[in-house]
Amino acid sequence: MQLDAKNIGFRYGKSPWLFKGINFSMQPGEVVGLKGPSGTGKTTLCRILAGYEKPLEGKVTLGGKALPEIGYHPVQMVFQHPEKAVNPRWKMGKTLKEGGRPDDDLLARLGIQQEWLERLPNELSGGELQRFCVARALGPGTRFLIADEMTTMLDAITQAQIWHAVLHLAEKRKMGILVVSHDAKLMNRLCDRVIEL
Amino acid sequence: MPILEVENLSVTFRQYASGLKERNIRAISNLSVTLEQGEVLAVVGASGSGKSLLAHAILGILPANAETAGSIKYCGETLTAKRTQSLRGREIALVPQSVGYLDPLMRVGNQVRTAVRNGKPAEEQRKVFKRYKLKSVVEKLFPFELSGGMARRVLLSTAMVSGAKVIIADEPTPGLDPEALNEALLNLRELGDQGCAVMLITHDIDSALRIADKIAVFYAGTTVEIAPAKDFTGDGEHLRHPYSKALWGALPQNGFTPIPGSQPHSAALPPGCLFASRCEKATKECHQAQPDLRELRNGKVRCIHAT
Ligand SMILES: Nc1ncnc2c1ncn2[C@@H]1O[C@H](COP(=O)(O)OP(=O)(O)OP(=O)(O)O)[C@@H](O)[C@H]1O
Ligand SMILES: Nc1ncnc2c1ncn2[C@@H]1O[C@H](COP(=O)(O)OP(=O)(O)OP(=O)(O)O)[C@@H](O)[C@H]1O
Ligand code: SF4
Ligand SMILES: [Mg+2]
Ligand SMILES: [Mg+2]
Repeated sequence: MQLDAKNIGFRYGKSPWLFKGINFSMQPGEVVGLKGPSGTGKTTLCRILAGYEKPLEGKVTLGGKALPEIGYHPVQMVFQHPEKAVNPRWKMGKTLKEGGRPDDDLLARLGIQQEWLERLPNELSGGELQRFCVARALGPGTRFLIADEMTTMLDAITQAQIWHAVLHLAEKRKMGILVVSHDAKLMNRLCDRVIEL
Repeated sequence: MPILEVENLSVTFRQYASGLKERNIRAISNLSVTLEQGEVLAVVGASGSGKSLLAHAILGILPANAETAGSIKYCGETLTAKRTQSLRGREIALVPQSVGYLDPLMRVGNQVRTAVRNGKPAEEQRKVFKRYKLKSVVEKLFPFELSGGMARRVLLSTAMVSGAKVIIADEPTPGLDPEALNEALLNLRELGDQGCAVMLITHDIDSALRIADKIAVFYAGTTVEIAPAKDFTGDGEHLRHPYSKALWGALPQNGFTPIPGSQPHSAALPPGCLFASRCEKATKECHQAQPDLRELRNGKVRCIHAT
């Protein structure tokens, strides 16, 4: 099932159009990079693809059909700043369950320790928290993963571990990935192609 | 005399698990590091190795359930809670890792202005925004209206206008585009050259190498190596500690090959070398006692077999 963005246009309130006429498609299993200067709307576009925001023009379709408005969203996003993406009053175990039943093999591959499930977000380091956000986004129903600066908060070893785990899963499930990053060397490693916004 | 001297710092969190059982989470143990005037020291290492907690300990903003041991000296004088409070934001400034430190209800221009110590607040704020290519409309925005990179640049601006002598920059660059990254690095190096001391905590080793004099490598809450920046080159053959070599080899531009396993848990640290469970060079002696930080080839290392 391919993911299509057709003629997407968006702006915040009355401010000028951030972008108009954005067209692109992604195939299942494909790893695509998205780059562009700060403030050009990469995160905004990601939010539209993942259904957090409605495009003002154009539409996003999966396998030719509009994305579901209720139930599990097949396009899942991992945000740039994990501390803003989790409920500060929930223990991590509860946050994790938002993505469905977490699979133990995946948790281990992501280096998540069981004991962390009992902690609140502010009791974890930035990188530890981000691993939960990755795990949460990788529920069995995920067809496309939108990784917005997903591993910039992690050390190189953990970054490589997580990408190897995610790529492994993507291949197994034929899941597509959109990688947003300012790190050209990382993009080189991961992406089949890179588009610029 | 170093401007900042951290000696044998330990940070422990007391946690009450189920029932009355009490557990200690040792997030930092026997950590020593010094920062000289005019120097840029980069701190790199494992996620969860205590880098932010070190920053918070220096700034005196650890959570209430944290217990510390060891000492932190500023210009030779031991920092007490009271002294730290008077230095914070004036002499020592933090660029926090979390964008959550921005006040959600205050326009970002005003937030930066309240941090200005020398000169006219509005003027200084506009100058620094211009430098970081933040358009003039940005000063009127609230934090939720900023892109990721814009929020980082606002956090950086706040520390830059403070006129502080010591800048602790905790991950100031993730998500910055190449141009903004360049400006931030230049700015930090300039501060060093003007006689400030800069601690740059980062996962971006490439960037660190562009401006740092020394690099401290952290693992599981302690310093495993302190090396001149130039030792990070080639296959890492000049590096001293096996963890530093593994970290270098995992960079996308190097091998992108991670070593397996993860850091030991801070509630169950092993008695010996903290890296032993993942170290190919580990021998029986390594499991006995934690190696001391020792001098080696113009740097320091916490490994008994390093040469
Ligand atoms: N909730 C919002 N309300 C108003 N404006 C917003 C909002 N979110 C973002 N913006 C504006 O939209 C523009 C694009 O933001 P976006 O976060 O999509 O950029 P980006 O390309 O992801 O940048 P970066 O590389 O810095 O993360 C920015 O100018 C930002 O100020
Ligand atoms: N309030 C707390 N209670 C218990 N443990 C904590 C608390 N705050 C931090 N920790 C733990 O202390 C360790 C060090 O955290 P710290 O935030 O300093 O890591 P870091 O090196 O900055 O990591 P990152 O690179 O991911 O930001 C982590 O394992 C974290 O889980
Ligand atoms: S002390 Fe032993 S286990 Fe620790 S890093 Fe050195 S060789 Fe490896
Ligand atoms: Mg963004
Ligand atoms: Mg940190």
